[in-house]
Amino acid sequence: MRAIEILGLEKIYSAGFWRKRSKRALRPLTLAVEEGEIFGFLGPNGAGKTTTLKILMGLVFPTSGTARILGMELDNPRMKAQIGFLPEQPYFYDHLTARELLQYYGQLSGVDAKQLSGKVDAILEQVKLSNAANVQLRKFSKGMLQRVGIAQAILHDPKIVFLDEPMSGLDPMGRREVRTLIEDLKGRGKTVFFSTHILSDAEALCDRVGIIHQGELRGVGAVAKLTASVHGKVEIVWHGSTVPTGIRSMGAECRAAGETMRVIVPEENQDAVLEALRREHLRLISVVPVRTSLEDYFVAQLGAPAKSEVVSSGN
Amino acid sequence: MNSRIFHIATNTFREAVRDRVLYNLIAFAVLMSAAAVLVGQISIQIERLVVINLGLTAVSLFGIVIAIFIGIGLVSKEIDKRTLYTVLSRPVRRWEFIAGKFFGLAGTLVVNTFFMAIGVFAALAYVAHQFVSSDVSILVALYFIVLQFVIITALALFFSSFSTPIFSAIFAFWLFVIGSFAQDLRNFAAMTHSFTRWLATGAAYVVPNFSALNVIGQVAHGESVSSQLILLNTAYAVVYSVAVLSAAVLIFERRNLK
Repeated sequence: MRAIEILGLEKIYSAGFWRKRSKRALRPLTLAVEEGEIFGFLGPNGAGKTTTLKILMGLVFPTSGTARILGMELDNPRMKAQIGFLPEQPYFYDHLTARELLQYYGQLSGVDAKQLSGKVDAILEQVKLSNAANVQLRKFSKGMLQRVGIAQAILHDPKIVFLDEPMSGLDPMGRREVRTLIEDLKGRGKTVFFSTHILSDAEALCDRVGIIHQGELRGVGAVAKLTASVHGKVEIVWHGSTVPTGIRSMGAECRAAGETMRVIVPEENQDAVLEALRREHLRLISVVPVRTSLEDYFVAQLGAPAKSEVVSSGN
Repeated sequence: MNSRIFHIATNTFREAVRDRVLYNLIAFAVLMSAAAVLVGQISIQIERLVVINLGLTAVSLFGIVIAIFIGIGLVSKEIDKRTLYTVLSRPVRRWEFIAGKFFGLAGTLVVNTFFMAIGVFAALAYVAHQFVSSDVSILVALYFIVLQFVIITALALFFSSFSTPIFSAIFAFWLFVIGSFAQDLRNFAAMTHSFTRWLATGAAYVVPNFSALNVIGQVAHGESVSSQLILLNTAYAVVYSVAVLSAAVLIFERRNLK
Protein backbone atom coordinates (compact mmCIF):
# COMPACT_ATOMS: atom_id res chain seq x y z
CA MET A 1 0.00 0.00 0.00
CA ARG A 2 1.31 3.43 -0.87
CA ALA A 3 1.59 5.98 1.89
CA ILE A 4 0.23 8.83 -0.19
CA GLU A 5 -1.61 8.70 -3.49
CA ILE A 6 -2.55 11.89 -5.24
CA LEU A 7 -4.72 11.50 -8.32
CA GLY A 8 -5.30 14.56 -10.45
CA LEU A 9 -5.71 17.02 -7.60
CA GLU A 10 -6.59 20.44 -8.90
CA LYS A 11 -7.43 23.68 -7.11
CA ILE A 12 -8.91 26.76 -8.69
CA TYR A 13 -9.82 29.71 -6.50
CA SER A 14 -12.46 32.26 -7.39
CA ALA A 15 -11.04 35.73 -7.04
CA GLY A 16 -12.30 39.28 -7.34
CA PHE A 17 -15.25 41.01 -5.70
CA TRP A 18 -17.86 39.14 -7.73
CA ARG A 19 -15.75 35.95 -7.68
CA LYS A 20 -15.66 35.89 -11.47
CA ARG A 21 -11.90 35.71 -11.92
CA SER A 22 -10.33 32.33 -11.36
CA LYS A 23 -6.87 31.70 -10.02
CA ARG A 24 -5.39 28.27 -10.58
CA ALA A 25 -3.31 27.35 -7.54
CA LEU A 26 -2.78 23.73 -8.52
CA ARG A 27 -2.94 22.07 -11.91
CA PRO A 28 -3.98 18.39 -12.01
CA LEU A 29 -1.33 16.77 -9.83
CA THR A 30 -0.64 13.07 -9.75
CA LEU A 31 1.96 11.78 -7.37
CA ALA A 32 2.63 8.77 -5.16
CA VAL A 33 4.85 8.40 -2.13
CA GLU A 34 5.90 5.00 -0.86
CA GLU A 35 5.89 4.03 2.79
CA GLY A 36 9.13 4.66 4.61
CA GLU A 37 10.58 7.20 2.23
CA ILE A 38 11.48 10.82 2.75
CA PHE A 39 9.88 12.79 -0.03
CA GLY A 40 10.83 16.39 -0.67
CA PHE A 41 8.29 18.65 -2.30
CA LEU A 42 10.29 21.48 -3.80
CA GLY A 43 9.28 24.73 -5.38
CA PRO A 44 9.60 28.48 -5.12
CA ASN A 45 7.17 30.58 -3.10
CA GLY A 46 3.66 30.44 -4.52
CA ALA A 47 4.32 27.24 -6.45
CA GLY A 48 1.48 25.27 -4.85
CA LYS A 49 3.32 23.34 -2.14
CA THR A 50 1.23 24.60 0.75
CA THR A 51 -1.97 24.29 -1.27
CA THR A 52 -1.17 20.62 -1.86
CA LEU A 53 -0.47 20.05 1.82
CA LYS A 54 -3.64 21.83 2.87
CA ILE A 55 -5.72 19.69 0.53
CA LEU A 56 -4.14 16.56 1.99
CA MET A 57 -4.90 17.80 5.50
CA GLY A 58 -8.52 18.50 4.61
CA LEU A 59 -8.16 22.22 5.22
CA VAL A 60 -8.87 23.13 1.60
CA PHE A 61 -11.20 21.25 -0.75
CA PRO A 62 -9.94 20.35 -4.22
CA THR A 63 -11.75 21.57 -7.31
CA SER A 64 -11.26 18.13 -8.81
CA GLY A 65 -9.25 14.98 -8.25
CA THR A 66 -8.79 12.76 -5.25
CA ALA A 67 -6.14 11.65 -2.86
CA ARG A 68 -5.70 8.83 -0.40
CA ILE A 69 -3.40 8.54 2.57
CA LEU A 70 -2.64 5.03 3.84
CA GLY A 71 -5.37 3.86 1.50
CA MET A 72 -8.03 5.95 3.25
CA GLU A 73 -10.03 9.02 2.27
CA LEU A 74 -8.80 12.42 3.38
CA ASP A 75 -11.63 12.98 5.86
CA ASN A 76 -11.30 9.60 7.55
CA PRO A 77 -10.61 10.07 11.31
CA ARG A 78 -8.75 6.73 11.43
CA MET A 79 -6.35 8.07 8.83
CA LYS A 80 -5.92 11.36 10.66
CA ALA A 81 -4.94 9.54 13.82
CA GLN A 82 -1.94 8.17 11.91
CA ILE A 83 -0.57 11.38 10.46
CA GLY A 84 1.14 14.42 11.90
CA PHE A 85 1.27 17.89 10.40
CA LEU A 86 3.45 20.94 10.93
CA PRO A 87 2.11 24.03 9.11
CA GLU A 88 4.39 26.74 7.81
CA GLN A 89 5.50 29.30 10.42
CA PRO A 90 3.20 28.01 13.11
CA TYR A 91 1.88 29.92 16.05
CA PHE A 92 0.12 28.28 18.90
CA TYR A 93 -2.13 29.18 21.77
CA ASP A 94 -0.51 32.17 23.46
CA HIS A 95 -1.54 31.35 27.00
CA LEU A 96 -0.74 27.65 27.03
CA THR A 97 2.59 26.26 28.10
CA ALA A 98 4.46 23.84 25.86
CA ARG A 99 3.45 20.95 28.09
CA GLU A 100 -0.21 21.95 28.09
CA LEU A 101 -0.20 22.35 24.33
CA LEU A 102 1.24 18.89 23.74
CA GLN A 103 -1.15 17.34 26.22
CA TYR A 104 -4.05 19.02 24.45
CA TYR A 105 -2.94 17.78 21.05
CA GLY A 106 -2.25 14.35 22.47
CA GLN A 107 -5.80 14.20 23.81
CA LEU A 108 -7.21 15.22 20.44
CA SER A 109 -5.12 12.55 18.73
CA GLY A 110 -6.46 9.89 21.05
CA VAL A 111 -3.22 9.17 22.89
CA ASP A 112 -3.92 7.00 25.93
CA ALA A 113 -4.35 9.20 28.99
CA LYS A 114 -2.05 7.02 31.11
CA GLN A 115 0.79 7.27 28.61
CA LEU A 116 0.30 10.88 27.57
CA SER A 117 2.30 12.55 30.31
CA GLY A 118 5.31 10.31 29.72
CA LYS A 119 5.14 10.82 25.96
CA VAL A 120 4.98 14.58 26.38
CA ASP A 121 8.08 14.56 28.60
CA ALA A 122 9.94 12.37 26.12
CA ILE A 123 9.04 14.55 23.14
CA LEU A 124 10.00 17.73 24.96
CA GLU A 125 13.35 16.12 25.71
CA GLN A 126 13.75 15.09 22.07
CA VAL A 127 13.17 18.61 20.74
CA LYS A 128 15.25 20.11 23.55
CA LEU A 129 12.44 22.05 25.17
CA SER A 130 12.39 20.34 28.57
CA ASN A 131 13.61 23.49 30.28
CA ALA A 132 10.85 25.55 28.70
CA ALA A 133 8.06 23.03 29.24
CA ASN A 134 6.16 25.26 31.65
CA VAL A 135 6.72 28.56 29.85
CA GLN A 136 3.77 30.10 28.05
CA LEU A 137 4.09 29.89 24.28
CA ARG A 138 3.73 33.64 23.80
CA LYS A 139 7.24 33.92 25.25
CA PHE A 140 8.75 31.43 22.82
CA SER A 141 11.15 32.46 20.09
CA LYS A 142 10.49 31.54 16.48
CA GLY A 143 12.89 28.63 16.68
CA MET A 144 11.27 27.34 19.85
CA LEU A 145 7.82 27.56 18.26
CA GLN A 146 9.11 25.57 15.30
CA ARG A 147 10.43 22.89 17.63
CA VAL A 148 7.21 22.65 19.60
CA GLY A 149 5.45 22.48 16.26
CA ILE A 150 7.52 19.47 15.28
CA ALA A 151 6.87 17.97 18.70
CA GLN A 152 3.09 18.15 18.27
CA ALA A 153 3.43 16.60 14.81
CA ILE A 154 5.20 13.49 16.09
CA LEU A 155 3.86 13.18 19.63
CA HIS A 156 1.27 10.54 18.80
CA ASP A 157 3.79 8.42 16.85
CA PRO A 158 2.17 8.87 13.43
CA LYS A 159 3.05 6.72 10.42
CA ILE A 160 3.35 9.72 8.12
CA VAL A 161 4.61 13.17 9.02
CA PHE A 162 3.81 16.17 6.82
CA LEU A 163 6.08 19.16 7.33
CA ASP A 164 5.56 22.48 5.58
CA GLU A 165 8.88 24.32 5.47
CA PRO A 166 10.21 22.70 8.67
CA MET A 167 13.51 24.60 8.53
CA SER A 168 11.80 27.97 8.30
CA GLY A 169 13.09 30.48 10.83
CA LEU A 170 15.74 28.17 12.24
CA ASP A 171 19.41 28.99 12.70
CA PRO A 172 22.01 26.51 11.40
CA MET A 173 22.00 24.56 14.66
CA GLY A 174 18.22 24.38 14.62
CA ARG A 175 18.20 23.21 11.02
CA ARG A 176 20.72 20.51 11.86
CA GLU A 177 18.51 19.32 14.71
CA VAL A 178 15.50 19.14 12.44
CA ARG A 179 17.51 17.23 9.85
CA THR A 180 18.58 14.76 12.54
CA LEU A 181 14.98 14.43 13.61
CA ILE A 182 13.82 13.69 10.09
CA GLU A 183 16.57 11.09 9.66
CA ASP A 184 15.52 9.55 12.95
CA LEU A 185 11.92 9.37 11.73
CA LYS A 186 13.06 7.55 8.64
CA GLY A 187 15.14 5.20 10.74
CA ARG A 188 11.96 4.29 12.61
CA GLY A 189 10.18 3.47 9.38
CA LYS A 190 8.10 6.65 9.18
CA THR A 191 7.20 8.34 5.94
CA VAL A 192 8.10 12.01 5.76
CA PHE A 193 6.61 14.38 3.22
CA PHE A 194 8.07 17.81 3.53
CA SER A 195 8.00 20.94 1.47
CA THR A 196 10.95 23.25 1.22
CA HIS A 197 12.73 25.66 -1.00
CA ILE A 198 16.11 24.97 0.64
CA LEU A 199 17.59 22.56 -1.89
CA SER A 200 20.61 21.57 0.17
CA ASP A 201 18.31 20.14 2.85
CA ALA A 202 16.33 18.20 0.26
CA GLU A 203 19.50 16.91 -1.34
CA ALA A 204 20.85 15.74 2.00
CA LEU A 205 17.66 14.15 3.30
CA CYS A 206 15.34 13.02 0.56
CA ASP A 207 15.02 9.70 -1.17
CA ARG A 208 12.90 11.29 -3.86
CA VAL A 209 11.87 14.81 -4.70
CA GLY A 210 9.09 16.39 -6.68
CA ILE A 211 9.45 19.84 -8.15
CA ILE A 212 6.40 22.03 -8.50
CA HIS A 213 6.20 25.41 -10.18
CA GLN A 214 3.17 27.61 -10.87
CA GLY A 215 0.92 24.83 -9.66
CA GLU A 216 2.35 22.22 -12.00
CA LEU A 217 4.54 19.23 -11.21
CA ARG A 218 7.68 19.63 -13.30
CA GLY A 219 9.66 16.59 -12.32
CA VAL A 220 9.78 13.70 -9.88
CA GLY A 221 12.51 11.24 -9.17
CA ALA A 222 15.19 9.87 -6.92
CA VAL A 223 17.72 12.51 -5.92
CA ALA A 224 20.61 10.31 -7.04
CA LYS A 225 19.11 9.90 -10.51
CA LEU A 226 18.26 13.56 -10.91
CA THR A 227 21.80 14.58 -9.97
CA ALA A 228 23.50 11.85 -12.01
CA SER A 229 26.06 13.02 -14.48
CA VAL A 230 24.20 14.07 -17.59
CA HIS A 231 27.02 15.92 -19.26
CA GLY A 232 29.49 13.06 -19.50
CA LYS A 233 32.31 15.15 -18.09
CA VAL A 234 34.98 14.69 -15.46
CA GLU A 235 36.90 17.15 -13.31
CA ILE A 236 40.61 16.35 -12.95
CA VAL A 237 42.73 18.03 -10.26
CA TRP A 238 46.50 17.91 -9.99
CA HIS A 239 49.16 19.46 -7.79
CA GLY A 240 51.18 22.41 -9.07
CA SER A 241 50.63 25.27 -11.47
CA THR A 242 51.87 23.66 -14.69
CA VAL A 243 49.46 22.92 -17.54
CA PRO A 244 50.78 20.01 -19.67
CA THR A 245 51.06 20.66 -23.43
CA GLY A 246 48.73 17.77 -24.16
CA ILE A 247 45.95 19.39 -22.14
CA ARG A 248 46.59 22.83 -23.61
CA SER A 249 46.24 21.46 -27.09
CA MET A 250 42.75 20.13 -26.24
CA GLY A 251 41.62 23.68 -25.74
CA ALA A 252 40.35 22.85 -22.27
CA GLU A 253 40.13 25.70 -19.81
CA CYS A 254 42.30 25.12 -16.75
CA ARG A 255 41.80 26.93 -13.47
CA ALA A 256 44.21 27.47 -10.64
CA ALA A 257 42.95 26.89 -7.11
CA GLY A 258 45.61 27.50 -4.49
CA GLU A 259 48.39 25.01 -5.11
CA THR A 260 46.35 22.93 -7.54
CA MET A 261 45.13 23.10 -11.11
CA ARG A 262 41.81 21.73 -12.28
CA VAL A 263 40.24 21.09 -15.64
CA ILE A 264 36.88 19.78 -16.84
CA VAL A 265 37.02 17.63 -19.96
CA PRO A 266 34.69 15.17 -21.73
CA GLU A 267 34.87 11.61 -20.35
CA GLU A 268 36.43 10.34 -23.59
CA ASN A 269 39.42 12.70 -23.05
CA GLN A 270 40.04 11.48 -19.50
CA ASP A 271 42.76 8.97 -20.42
CA ALA A 272 44.61 11.50 -22.61
CA VAL A 273 44.70 14.03 -19.77
CA LEU A 274 45.95 11.45 -17.27
CA GLU A 275 48.64 10.38 -19.75
CA ALA A 276 49.72 14.03 -20.18
CA LEU A 277 50.01 14.44 -16.42
CA ARG A 278 52.00 11.21 -16.13
CA ARG A 279 54.45 12.27 -18.88
CA GLU A 280 55.20 15.53 -17.05
CA HIS A 281 55.37 13.78 -13.69
CA LEU A 282 52.60 15.89 -12.21
CA ARG A 283 50.91 14.54 -9.07
CA LEU A 284 47.28 13.59 -9.64
CA ILE A 285 44.93 14.55 -6.81
CA SER A 286 41.46 13.53 -7.98
CA VAL A 287 39.32 12.44 -10.89
CA VAL A 288 35.61 13.13 -10.19
CA PRO A 289 32.63 12.82 -12.54
CA VAL A 290 30.84 16.15 -12.91
CA ARG A 291 27.33 15.78 -11.44
CA THR A 292 24.38 18.00 -11.93
CA SER A 293 23.44 19.49 -8.58
CA LEU A 294 19.85 19.44 -7.46
CA GLU A 295 19.92 23.19 -7.79
CA ASP A 296 20.90 22.91 -11.44
CA TYR A 297 18.07 20.45 -12.03
CA PHE A 298 15.65 22.64 -10.08
CA VAL A 299 16.51 25.78 -12.04
CA ALA A 300 16.33 23.87 -15.30
CA GLN A 301 12.83 22.62 -14.48
CA LEU A 302 11.64 26.06 -13.47
CA GLY A 303 12.93 27.49 -16.70
CA ALA A 304 11.41 24.76 -18.86
CA PRO A 305 8.08 25.48 -20.60
CA ALA A 306 4.96 24.16 -18.85
CA LYS A 307 3.98 20.62 -19.74
CA SER A 308 0.42 19.86 -20.80
CA GLU A 309 0.44 16.28 -19.51
CA VAL A 310 0.88 15.19 -15.94
CA VAL A 311 4.23 13.73 -14.87
CA SER A 312 3.69 10.46 -12.94
CA SER A 313 5.96 9.23 -10.18
CA GLY A 314 8.98 7.06 -10.64
CA ASN A 315 10.15 8.79 -13.83
CA MET B 1 -16.06 11.97 19.81
CA ASN B 2 -17.42 13.44 23.07
CA SER B 3 -13.96 13.54 24.62
CA ARG B 4 -12.67 15.66 21.74
CA ILE B 5 -15.47 18.21 22.23
CA PHE B 6 -14.71 18.18 25.95
CA HIS B 7 -10.98 18.76 25.38
CA ILE B 8 -11.62 21.60 22.90
CA ALA B 9 -14.10 23.16 25.36
CA THR B 10 -11.62 22.85 28.22
CA ASN B 11 -8.87 24.42 26.14
CA THR B 12 -11.18 27.28 25.09
CA PHE B 13 -12.10 27.87 28.73
CA ARG B 14 -8.44 27.86 29.75
CA GLU B 15 -7.47 30.31 27.00
CA ALA B 16 -10.34 32.63 27.90
CA VAL B 17 -9.56 32.58 31.60
CA ARG B 18 -5.90 33.40 30.97
CA ASP B 19 -6.71 36.24 28.61
CA ARG B 20 -6.14 39.49 30.49
CA VAL B 21 -8.89 41.24 28.58
CA LEU B 22 -11.38 39.11 30.47
CA TYR B 23 -10.08 40.38 33.78
CA ASN B 24 -10.39 43.99 32.67
CA LEU B 25 -14.00 43.46 31.75
CA ILE B 26 -14.73 41.67 35.02
CA ALA B 27 -13.10 44.54 36.89
CA PHE B 28 -15.47 46.96 35.17
CA ALA B 29 -18.41 44.79 36.11
CA VAL B 30 -17.31 44.69 39.73
CA LEU B 31 -16.97 48.48 39.67
CA MET B 32 -20.50 48.72 38.35
CA SER B 33 -21.76 46.60 41.21
CA ALA B 34 -19.89 48.82 43.64
CA ALA B 35 -21.46 51.84 42.00
CA ALA B 36 -24.83 50.19 42.46
CA VAL B 37 -24.10 50.04 46.17
CA LEU B 38 -23.30 53.75 46.24
CA VAL B 39 -26.39 54.71 44.30
CA GLY B 40 -28.47 52.41 46.46
CA GLN B 41 -27.26 54.09 49.57
CA ILE B 42 -28.36 57.48 48.42
CA SER B 43 -31.72 56.23 47.14
CA ILE B 44 -33.99 56.13 50.15
CA GLN B 45 -36.46 53.22 50.37
CA ILE B 46 -35.50 51.87 46.94
CA GLU B 47 -32.05 50.56 47.74
CA ARG B 48 -32.98 47.00 46.82
CA LEU B 49 -34.50 48.05 43.50
CA VAL B 50 -31.46 50.10 42.52
CA VAL B 51 -28.88 47.51 43.51
CA ILE B 52 -30.71 44.63 41.81
CA ASN B 53 -31.38 46.68 38.69
CA LEU B 54 -27.90 48.09 38.30
CA GLY B 55 -26.12 44.96 39.45
CA LEU B 56 -27.97 42.59 37.12
CA THR B 57 -27.66 45.06 34.24
CA ALA B 58 -23.91 45.17 34.83
CA VAL B 59 -23.74 41.35 34.82
CA SER B 60 -25.77 41.24 31.62
CA LEU B 61 -23.98 43.99 29.73
CA PHE B 62 -20.46 42.96 30.57
CA GLY B 63 -21.23 39.33 29.98
CA ILE B 64 -22.56 40.20 26.52
CA VAL B 65 -19.42 42.22 25.80
CA ILE B 66 -17.22 39.31 26.91
CA ALA B 67 -19.30 36.87 24.85
CA ILE B 68 -18.97 39.01 21.75
CA PHE B 69 -15.36 40.01 22.31
CA ILE B 70 -14.12 36.46 22.79
CA GLY B 71 -16.72 34.77 20.58
CA ILE B 72 -15.89 36.72 17.41
CA GLY B 73 -12.33 35.46 17.50
CA LEU B 74 -13.06 31.86 18.38
CA VAL B 75 -12.70 30.64 14.82
CA SER B 76 -11.09 33.54 12.96
CA LYS B 77 -8.24 33.84 15.45
CA GLU B 78 -7.47 30.14 15.13
CA ILE B 79 -7.40 30.47 11.34
CA ASP B 80 -5.15 33.54 11.43
CA LYS B 81 -2.75 31.89 13.84
CA ARG B 82 -2.92 28.57 12.01
CA THR B 83 -3.68 26.77 15.27
CA LEU B 84 -6.79 25.42 13.54
CA TYR B 85 -4.61 23.60 11.03
CA THR B 86 -2.96 21.45 13.68
CA VAL B 87 -6.35 20.72 15.26
CA LEU B 88 -8.20 19.74 12.08
CA SER B 89 -5.26 17.65 10.84
CA ARG B 90 -6.08 15.40 13.79
CA PRO B 91 -9.14 13.12 14.03
CA VAL B 92 -11.35 16.09 14.92
CA ARG B 93 -14.40 16.78 12.78
CA ARG B 94 -15.22 20.37 11.99
CA TRP B 95 -18.55 20.24 13.78
CA GLU B 96 -16.80 18.92 16.90
CA PHE B 97 -14.51 21.93 16.79
CA ILE B 98 -17.48 24.34 16.63
CA ALA B 99 -19.29 22.50 19.41
CA GLY B 100 -16.19 22.47 21.61
CA LYS B 101 -15.61 26.18 21.10
CA PHE B 102 -19.25 26.90 21.95
CA PHE B 103 -19.25 24.89 25.16
CA GLY B 104 -15.89 26.35 26.15
CA LEU B 105 -17.03 29.95 25.89
CA ALA B 106 -20.46 29.22 27.35
CA GLY B 107 -18.74 27.56 30.29
CA THR B 108 -16.49 30.57 30.73
CA LEU B 109 -19.51 32.86 30.83
CA VAL B 110 -21.37 30.65 33.32
CA VAL B 111 -18.39 30.71 35.67
CA ASN B 112 -18.01 34.44 35.14
CA THR B 113 -21.71 34.98 35.90
CA PHE B 114 -21.39 32.91 39.05
CA PHE B 115 -18.67 35.14 40.46
CA MET B 116 -20.42 38.32 39.40
CA ALA B 117 -23.65 37.05 40.95
CA ILE B 118 -21.81 36.67 44.26
CA GLY B 119 -20.90 40.34 43.87
CA VAL B 120 -24.54 41.32 43.29
CA PHE B 121 -25.77 39.35 46.31
CA ALA B 122 -22.97 40.78 48.42
CA ALA B 123 -23.96 44.31 47.34
CA LEU B 124 -27.61 43.54 48.09
CA ALA B 125 -26.77 42.16 51.53
CA TYR B 126 -24.75 45.30 52.23
CA VAL B 127 -27.49 47.81 51.42
CA ALA B 128 -30.54 45.81 52.48
CA HIS B 129 -28.97 43.99 55.42
CA GLN B 130 -31.16 40.96 54.77
CA PHE B 131 -32.52 38.77 52.03
CA VAL B 132 -36.21 38.32 51.41
CA SER B 133 -38.05 35.47 49.74
CA SER B 134 -38.50 37.40 46.51
CA ASP B 135 -34.71 37.52 46.13
CA VAL B 136 -34.91 33.97 44.79
CA SER B 137 -36.17 35.54 41.57
CA ILE B 138 -32.74 37.13 41.20
CA LEU B 139 -31.44 33.65 40.51
CA VAL B 140 -34.05 33.28 37.76
CA ALA B 141 -33.00 36.62 36.28
CA LEU B 142 -29.38 35.44 36.36
CA TYR B 143 -30.40 32.19 34.71
CA PHE B 144 -32.10 34.13 31.92
CA ILE B 145 -28.98 36.27 31.57
CA VAL B 146 -26.99 33.06 31.10
CA LEU B 147 -29.47 32.01 28.40
CA GLN B 148 -28.80 35.34 26.68
CA PHE B 149 -25.08 34.59 26.84
CA VAL B 150 -25.67 31.18 25.30
CA ILE B 151 -27.55 32.73 22.37
CA ILE B 152 -25.08 35.55 21.81
CA THR B 153 -22.18 33.06 22.02
CA ALA B 154 -23.83 30.98 19.31
CA LEU B 155 -24.30 34.09 17.18
CA ALA B 156 -20.73 35.31 17.68
CA LEU B 157 -19.43 31.85 16.80
CA PHE B 158 -21.70 31.78 13.73
CA PHE B 159 -20.30 35.06 12.42
CA SER B 160 -16.76 34.05 13.36
CA SER B 161 -17.07 30.94 11.17
CA PHE B 162 -17.07 33.03 8.00
CA SER B 163 -16.45 36.69 8.78
CA THR B 164 -13.66 38.87 10.10
CA PRO B 165 -13.63 39.78 13.80
CA ILE B 166 -14.66 43.39 13.24
CA PHE B 167 -17.72 42.53 11.15
CA SER B 168 -18.60 39.66 13.49
CA ALA B 169 -18.57 42.10 16.39
CA ILE B 170 -20.75 44.59 14.53
CA PHE B 171 -23.30 41.95 13.47
CA ALA B 172 -23.44 40.32 16.91
CA PHE B 173 -23.73 43.62 18.73
CA TRP B 174 -26.52 44.91 16.49
CA LEU B 175 -28.41 41.67 16.80
CA PHE B 176 -28.20 42.03 20.57
CA VAL B 177 -29.52 45.58 20.40
CA ILE B 178 -32.34 44.73 18.01
CA GLY B 179 -33.10 41.57 19.97
CA SER B 180 -33.48 43.62 23.12
CA PHE B 181 -36.35 45.42 21.35
CA ALA B 182 -37.75 42.27 19.73
CA GLN B 183 -41.14 42.70 21.43
CA ASP B 184 -41.41 46.25 20.08
CA LEU B 185 -40.55 44.90 16.64
CA ARG B 186 -43.36 42.35 16.92
CA ASN B 187 -45.78 45.04 18.02
CA PHE B 188 -44.74 47.14 15.04
CA ALA B 189 -45.20 44.17 12.70
CA ALA B 190 -48.74 43.70 14.03
CA MET B 191 -49.59 47.28 13.07
CA THR B 192 -48.33 47.10 9.49
CA HIS B 193 -49.78 45.54 6.36
CA SER B 194 -48.91 43.30 3.38
CA PHE B 195 -45.22 43.16 2.45
CA THR B 196 -44.03 45.39 5.31
CA ARG B 197 -45.91 43.20 7.78
CA TRP B 198 -44.40 40.09 6.26
CA LEU B 199 -40.90 41.58 6.39
CA ALA B 200 -41.22 42.97 9.92
CA THR B 201 -42.72 39.72 11.23
CA GLY B 202 -39.92 37.72 9.65
CA ALA B 203 -37.31 40.00 11.16
CA ALA B 204 -38.99 39.87 14.55
CA TYR B 205 -38.76 36.09 14.64
CA VAL B 206 -35.28 35.84 13.16
CA VAL B 207 -33.65 38.20 15.64
CA PRO B 208 -33.13 36.66 19.05
CA ASN B 209 -35.86 37.62 21.50
CA PHE B 210 -33.72 39.10 24.25
CA SER B 211 -36.64 41.16 25.52
CA ALA B 212 -38.36 37.98 26.71
CA LEU B 213 -35.18 36.98 28.53
CA ASN B 214 -34.94 40.30 30.35
CA VAL B 215 -36.82 40.12 33.65
CA ILE B 216 -34.49 42.44 35.55
CA GLY B 217 -37.11 45.17 36.04
CA GLN B 218 -39.71 42.66 37.17
CA VAL B 219 -37.34 41.01 39.64
CA ALA B 220 -36.09 44.35 40.96
CA HIS B 221 -39.68 45.15 41.93
CA GLY B 222 -39.90 41.91 43.88
CA GLU B 223 -42.19 40.13 41.40
CA SER B 224 -41.81 36.42 40.81
CA VAL B 225 -41.21 34.74 37.47
CA SER B 226 -43.59 31.99 36.35
CA SER B 227 -42.26 28.47 35.85
CA GLN B 228 -43.97 28.44 32.46
CA LEU B 229 -41.81 31.38 31.36
CA ILE B 230 -38.69 29.61 32.65
CA LEU B 231 -39.54 26.51 30.60
CA LEU B 232 -40.45 28.48 27.48
CA ASN B 233 -37.33 30.64 27.61
CA THR B 234 -35.12 27.61 28.18
CA ALA B 235 -36.65 25.81 25.22
CA TYR B 236 -36.37 28.95 23.09
CA ALA B 237 -32.70 29.50 23.96
CA VAL B 238 -31.85 25.86 23.26
CA VAL B 239 -33.71 25.74 19.94
CA TYR B 240 -32.38 29.11 18.77
CA SER B 241 -28.78 28.29 19.75
CA VAL B 242 -28.93 24.87 18.10
CA ALA B 243 -30.29 26.45 14.91
CA VAL B 244 -27.57 29.11 14.83
CA LEU B 245 -24.82 26.60 15.63
CA SER B 246 -26.12 24.27 12.93
CA ALA B 247 -25.84 27.13 10.46
CA ALA B 248 -22.32 27.81 11.71
CA VAL B 249 -21.39 24.16 11.20
CA LEU B 250 -22.91 24.11 7.70
CA ILE B 251 -20.84 27.12 6.67
CA PHE B 252 -17.67 25.98 8.40
CA GLU B 253 -17.84 22.44 6.96
CA ARG B 254 -17.44 23.79 3.45
CA ARG B 255 -15.06 26.63 4.14
CA ASN B 256 -11.62 26.58 2.52
CA LEU B 257 -9.12 27.49 5.22
CA LYS B 258 -6.67 29.44 3.10
